[in-house]
Amino acid sequence: MSPLLDTRCEHLLREVAPQVLGVVVRRFGDFAAAEDAVQEALIAAYLQWPRDGLPDSPRAWLIQVASRRITDYLRSEMARRRREAAAATEVDHLTRTAGVESDPEQDDTLILLFMCCHPALSPSSAIALTLRAVGGLTTREIANAFLVPEATMAQRIGRAKQSIKASGVPFNMPDARERTERLSAVLHVLYLIFNEGYSSSIGPDLQRHDLANEAIRLTRAVHSLLPHDGEVAGLLALMILTDARRLARTGPEGELIPLDKQDRTLWHQKAISEGVALISQTLSRGSIGSYQLQAAIAAVHDEAARAQDTDWPQILALYGLLRRMSHNPMVTLNYAIAAAMVHGPATGLKLLESLDADSRLAGHYRLDTVRAHLFEMAGDHQTAIAYYRAAALRTTSIPERDYLMTQVARINAEASLA
Amino acid sequence: MKYILMMNTPERGPYSIFNWPRKDFEAHIAYWKSLNTELENLGELVAVEALTGPDQAKLVRAGKNGTPVTDGVFPESKEFLAGYWIVDVESPERAYEIAAHASAAPGPGGAPLNMAIEVRQVMTSRPDELS
Repeated sequence: MSPLLDTRCEHLLREVAPQVLGVVVRRFGDFAAAEDAVQEALIAAYLQWPRDGLPDSPRAWLIQVASRRITDYLRSEMARRRREAAAATEVDHLTRTAGVESDPEQDDTLILLFMCCHPALSPSSAIALTLRAVGGLTTREIANAFLVPEATMAQRIGRAKQSIKASGVPFNMPDARERTERLSAVLHVLYLIFNEGYSSSIGPDLQRHDLANEAIRLTRAVHSLLPHDGEVAGLLALMILTDARRLARTGPEGELIPLDKQDRTLWHQKAISEGVALISQTLSRGSIGSYQLQAAIAAVHDEAARAQDTDWPQILALYGLLRRMSHNPMVTLNYAIAAAMVHGPATGLKLLESLDADSRLAGHYRLDTVRAHLFEMAGDHQTAIAYYRAAALRTTSIPERDYLMTQVARINAEASLA
Repeated sequence: MKYILMMNTPERGPYSIFNWPRKDFEAHIAYWKSLNTELENLGELVAVEALTGPDQAKLVRAGKNGTPVTDGVFPESKEFLAGYWIVDVESPERAYEIAAHASAAPGPGGAPLNMAIEVRQVMTSRPDELS
């Protein structure tokens, strides 16, 4: 059994993966086949490099191996088709259209992201394909991260590539008009990947190929390609500032610890400084988007040394801006919490009333959770318990359910002491 | 999001299937195979299992010192879990659609059985929102 690649080597491999794929797609034109070939080349590298040492140019090595694989594949495809339909197309044509080795490998990462996060794909397909084609993760790693069998994930990725093929999207940079729209789809997928990984820090397996780290890595790459895009910077800052609290967010048994109860000495100060600097710089440039506002809110939380030092009026103002920009009921929910912290629980509870009519949130456990919290703040413990219970029954998350049930037990215990 | 789709043994007991004409039995089995293949090809199948019959089922409780105390055999008329699918889908609607597909498995004479399929969301080990 060969030793595993060391981390540095693995980083390198994943760094060049999208560049290699870009070159191979340009050369052979067939995105689906190219993606398979690059994946095979990556797996070959995982097996061979620890044994034979790092090649002089890892990128050239991968391009060569992937090109060989895809040529073999295309040849056998041709042969098969020739056999089946006696169609006479020759493989030489394909290798001749090999085309100009285009240089803009930088843009390739972006083009690949635009392709993998195409709005025609379902979110789970876009996530899987992005992690594989741009993130350079293997199908097995992605399957492990999402707790599904490898064969299922392979099918999902295969279908995603078929949809791309069917949609006929060319491997080109979309025009300026389309670009903004497509970029927001990319950012949304990166956000989902981060969210997926953010708290799955329970269990040793998930640490290594942590999806949150992967999302940060990919967003950093996009940020370095588009340094002046405020929303890209905003999303990156949001991820960094949120991830900075990771260690404090769960207890030894994986139990959730809410923001106001976290041991803030466990927060990653260097990450906080980076995130705060990034978002401050971005906000000073003007045009403000929702990721930037969310990052700004995360920064305000992160800058408070103690929970009671939190600048809630500022958070309330930021949520107010966010609310004008987005019709997401989750924003109103958070706005209500901030309002309660500034003006008292009655104000917060009043604001929540508008959400009962919102079909996207009515009956959602988060609404019950916030109500429970605000009723507890108001000193109405019995009503708080009723809402914590309702929320515990509705959530689909085990750590959330355990947290909510713990709150019920806590209030009961406090009441019996009083 | 993951859902478990649970199918119970039909009311008249699990073994009535042995009284079906061979053609109907084969059509029934082929239906399951094609459903499973379809779910696999769509990248939605997480697990599918069929369970042995209720005549081998035991109810187990810990007795004194934690030793297992078993109870069984059960009458054929009692409803029992016959098998389940775990699927990973984009929406609850898709889970219901798969359940309806399973429910319509052909019975004697090829008519759909329309069995009740219990659909439950599987809990995750992560919180579902940034906070």
